[in-house]
Amino acid sequence: MAKAPRSKKKPAQSPAEDTDFVLHSLQDALEKKKRYDATQEQMLHFYEQMLLIRRFEERAGQLYGLGLIGGFCHLYIGQEAVAIGLQSALDGDKDSVITGYRDHGHMLAYGIDPKVIMAELTGREAGISKGKGGSMHMFSTEHKFYGGHGIVGAQVALGGGLALAHQYNDDGGFCLAYFGDGAANQGQVYETFNMASLWNLPIVFVVENNQYAMGTSTARSSAETEFYRRGTAFRIPGMDVNGMDVLEVRQAAEIAFKHVREGKGPVLMECNTYRYRGHSMSDPAKYRTREEVQDVREHKDPIEGLKKVLLENGSTEDELKAIDKDIRKTVTEAADFAENSPEPDASELYTDVLVGEY
Amino acid sequence: MAIELKMPALSPTMEEGTLAKWLKSEGDEIVAGDIIAEIETDKATMEFEAVDEGTLGKILVEEGTEGVKVGTVIAMLAEDGEEVSDVEAPAESAPVDDVPGEGKDVGREPSEAEITKPARKVDVKDPEVPEGTSFVSTTVREALRDGMAEEMRQDERVFVMGEEVAEYQGAYKVTQGLLDEFGPKRVIDTPITEYGFAGIGTGAAMGGLRPIVEFMTFNFAMQAIDHIINSAAKTNYMSGGQMRCPVVFRGPNGAASRVGAQHSQNYGPWYASVPGLIVIAPYDAADAKGLMKAAIRCEDPVVFLENELVYGRSFDVPDVDDYVLPIGKARVMREGSDVTIAAYSIAVGLALEAAEELAGEGIDAEVIDLRTLRPLDRDAILTSLAKTNRLVIAEEGWPTCSIAAEVMAICMEDGFDHLDAPVLRVCDEDVPLPYAANLEKLALIDTPRIVKAAKKVCYRD
Repeated sequence: MAKAPRSKKKPAQSPAEDTDFVLHSLQDALEKKKRYDATQEQMLHFYEQMLLIRRFEERAGQLYGLGLIGGFCHLYIGQEAVAIGLQSALDGDKDSVITGYRDHGHMLAYGIDPKVIMAELTGREAGISKGKGGSMHMFSTEHKFYGGHGIVGAQVALGGGLALAHQYNDDGGFCLAYFGDGAANQGQVYETFNMASLWNLPIVFVVENNQYAMGTSTARSSAETEFYRRGTAFRIPGMDVNGMDVLEVRQAAEIAFKHVREGKGPVLMECNTYRYRGHSMSDPAKYRTREEVQDVREHKDPIEGLKKVLLENGSTEDELKAIDKDIRKTVTEAADFAENSPEPDASELYTDVLVGEY
Repeated sequence: MAIELKMPALSPTMEEGTLAKWLKSEGDEIVAGDIIAEIETDKATMEFEAVDEGTLGKILVEEGTEGVKVGTVIAMLAEDGEEVSDVEAPAESAPVDDVPGEGKDVGREPSEAEITKPARKVDVKDPEVPEGTSFVSTTVREALRDGMAEEMRQDERVFVMGEEVAEYQGAYKVTQGLLDEFGPKRVIDTPITEYGFAGIGTGAAMGGLRPIVEFMTFNFAMQAIDHIINSAAKTNYMSGGQMRCPVVFRGPNGAASRVGAQHSQNYGPWYASVPGLIVIAPYDAADAKGLMKAAIRCEDPVVFLENELVYGRSFDVPDVDDYVLPIGKARVMREGSDVTIAAYSIAVGLALEAAEELAGEGIDAEVIDLRTLRPLDRDAILTSLAKTNRLVIAEEGWPTCSIAAEVMAICMEDGFDHLDAPVLRVCDEDVPLPYAANLEKLALIDTPRIVKAAKKVCYRD
């Protein structure tokens, strides 16, 4: 007599029959209500934060052009709604965030002083990593922001570890782990999906799909370009989100974060967005047309989009101009600070290699 | 106030370029994102994009101009409300020279500070074992387990993860009994996914836990070496001391027995070359236990290299509470006056056998167990060399770029005056490890080769 199958239940004929495996439930919830009901005050705050990232990054680009920022510098211009929409929904005392090297925006979203971020970009002592990390390696453990990682995809497995720590300590927090459409093809991402789902880790994986992995479009690099579907094999529910609309991103965050906080395991969210600048500062961006970039700027810009909503809901041009003026001042001050702060002392060369003495 | 448009650098190395073409004319309205000009370097042509809004005022550098230095003002932009005609070119300022390491930021004095390397702790010794202490014969396997279990009892943050560490009780039974005592939350079986679980372990350490990540063997850790080096070792430095990563990566290392080339290699030299890591490779059971406990308590990431062929050997371990050994200190295993044999891991056993044999021939060899490969105990090597004036280093691993080579360099740099003979290294042969029993034997270090080298440096061959 044949042995009974070891699995507890019969395999379902289709995912829909399996009550534990409703991969579309979160997407369905988003479809029902796409945009977050933000107050005018909240929207003004989102606007201010996105504009700060935009102006900060533009200035970083200028400083790079003047030789004040060296090496690699990956700008977040165009993607602002993703970091702001998601991080505005975090519980700052509990939840952790980790990302790759395009990290300036995620730090600014925390309200971290732009001066210490810009000073890190210029490699100065006052930088948040004492000038030893640079654009790609910034951290703020105070805010539970764990970097700032330069190896494409590594932050996903590390984020799995942060999620394991949340679960282990039963601290009620979860990890928000960002990666790009390029990183989405790294093997360790799927190794992490597997363990995160197997162990029911509290983690939200976010693919910031900015359409190009350096110079290679998603269509040329990815067999499945609908990245939110890529959790299916691991029974991780996916969400397909317009990453150019901060209110939609925020609404998706509400749904995904609730799911994870209720102990229901990981979520994979794809935010479709667009980077206006090259991959890094030294990228001439010949792989796409001028018109393509201009079209996104004119029709899909996240800041212009929110501005329109704000104006429709009672804000005035003057009010928004005043915000812009304040932000320009903040950014100018940050740039001046970053330019005029001293470089790290030579005696810092050998500090922080190890914590202990041996 | 008018904005100066400056010649941009398009890459980290660009110093000057050609202003190939103006795409806007004086008086044109500019919005952010407009392409104003084309710039050429020897590598590429790139578009110069506006980031500010305004009206293009005076063009100061005509198109076609070559060798325009980065930072030169090439045009003026009148901002909202300014009259273009009022916008003046900036006064000629002195040319800006680049200062190495400071970008275009001039005028700051070079640092006067000395580059200081952190001082090594001196006079750190193994803990005294009180007289009358009983010694318990323990296998290295048990000693490692006892070290982990003791630390897990003391510190809730410590947990073990890896392939077959829990229900199977460890592929080599090093984690035997841990699941029963500590439960599945703290003894975690992982799928076969080294890169992934090494990353998860490393991330958990960043998040405040104290993971012990077991690799079934270090050969498989090559799949995960990115996290060991790029994620774990560099975190503290890159964050300016803000973010720590107290993780222990452990497992058997080096050649086992007849397992072929892919399962037989010593990663000691690989990891020992990386700043930010601690690398430990003990030989006997007492050191295995005492150093395992130290590794788990360490605030820095540790690579802990064990040896499968040594797991089953028994040694005396002092029966004391909390036997913790200092990291970074070598141990004199046998005192001698004629020649020093330095070794680590399984080669210590061979060195002790060689010393025994040499004694029979009237040569009094001193045997040092390095125990920690990074930081290496330079003082112990040099002190012994000063005493014996001759040194052989025995290592179960390839000779090229080895720990042996490092020890030889230390002797050359700081022990030259003490040398009565060239330092010799005894390592494995420089080949992938063969499977055939006879060839494997030929490829691996053995006692006769150490004896031969020791005699040679004593000019007794």
